[in-house]
Amino acid sequence: MELDKIERLLERYFEGETTLSEEEKLRAYFSQGEVAQHLEQYAPLFSYFSTSKEEKFTKSIPLSQKNTKSTWSYKWLSVAAVTVLLLGVYFGKSYQDEKQLEKQRARYAYEETKKALDLLAQNFERGTEKVAYLNEFVEAKDKVYNKN
Amino acid sequence: MQQAEFLKIVTPFQDKLYRLAKRLLVSREEAEDATQEILLKLWSKSKKMGTYNNVEAFAMTMTKNFCLDRLKSRQASNLKLVHSNYRENDSSLQKKIEANDSVSWVQKIMEELPEQQKMVLQLRDIEAYDYDEISEMLEMKPTAVRVALSRARKTVREKLIQKHNYGIG
Repeated sequence: MELDKIERLLERYFEGETTLSEEEKLRAYFSQGEVAQHLEQYAPLFSYFSTSKEEKFTKSIPLSQKNTKSTWSYKWLSVAAVTVLLLGVYFGKSYQDEKQLEKQRARYAYEETKKALDLLAQNFERGTEKVAYLNEFVEAKDKVYNKN
Repeated sequence: MQQAEFLKIVTPFQDKLYRLAKRLLVSREEAEDATQEILLKLWSKSKKMGTYNNVEAFAMTMTKNFCLDRLKSRQASNLKLVHSNYRENDSSLQKKIEANDSVSWVQKIMEELPEQQKMVLQLRDIEAYDYDEISEMLEMKPTAVRVALSRARKTVREKLIQKHNYGIG
């Protein structure tokens, strides 16, 4: 390429007006052996650009499937937890109801027993009333014996 | 997404991520660690990858933000001291080699540029992205990219001419 063209390109390059293909031309010019003497100072610039593009990332990337797997298991873990919770609430409710019913039955049985015992007690009372007459008799008998 | 599928997407541009990271962080080890971390982050987001219309630009932006954060935290902590010590040794050693290696002068000059200009120059002159891509990656306006690029190139030229006149180049 003619020298004046390169000079013009360089000027525009420093103004930031060159296109990518023009910049490619500049790199090509400076990478070939013959560079005009007054432009030699720019040669290191363009050769540096070309060489530093060669640098490679050599470290490996420790990718693991764990990542996606763990999010998967978290999802299902939460589903399981909610299911257990709902089941707990459901069965807990019915258990509570059953207990309530049992309590009512027990109370009913208690009341009935109490009634029966009351009845029994009343009849006993009637018995003791009759026994009271007997006492009267014993007292009278004692009086008679004591006089003798 | 399967590993192989992910690697197929990432492999074409992982070197570019690494080079940008190295441009900003300077040290090779740090740049490698950073690149590794970014790729892992990308992998953890791989399910959403289909929704990004340009994975490469997205990864570049991630790299940029990650490295700038690193630099900021390095500046805040005493890590900077350690690093500057390390650089001191390195540069004195480098100077000896550089006396006859003008190409690495360019690297040295680029190290002295502000971060934004470094990135623009890296993406344009080394990776050969067009202005729209660069402005997407760096989250800048295209005109701002052009201005930063021109400034960076002119600074490099100035310093290069200085060296040249000293007779080192």
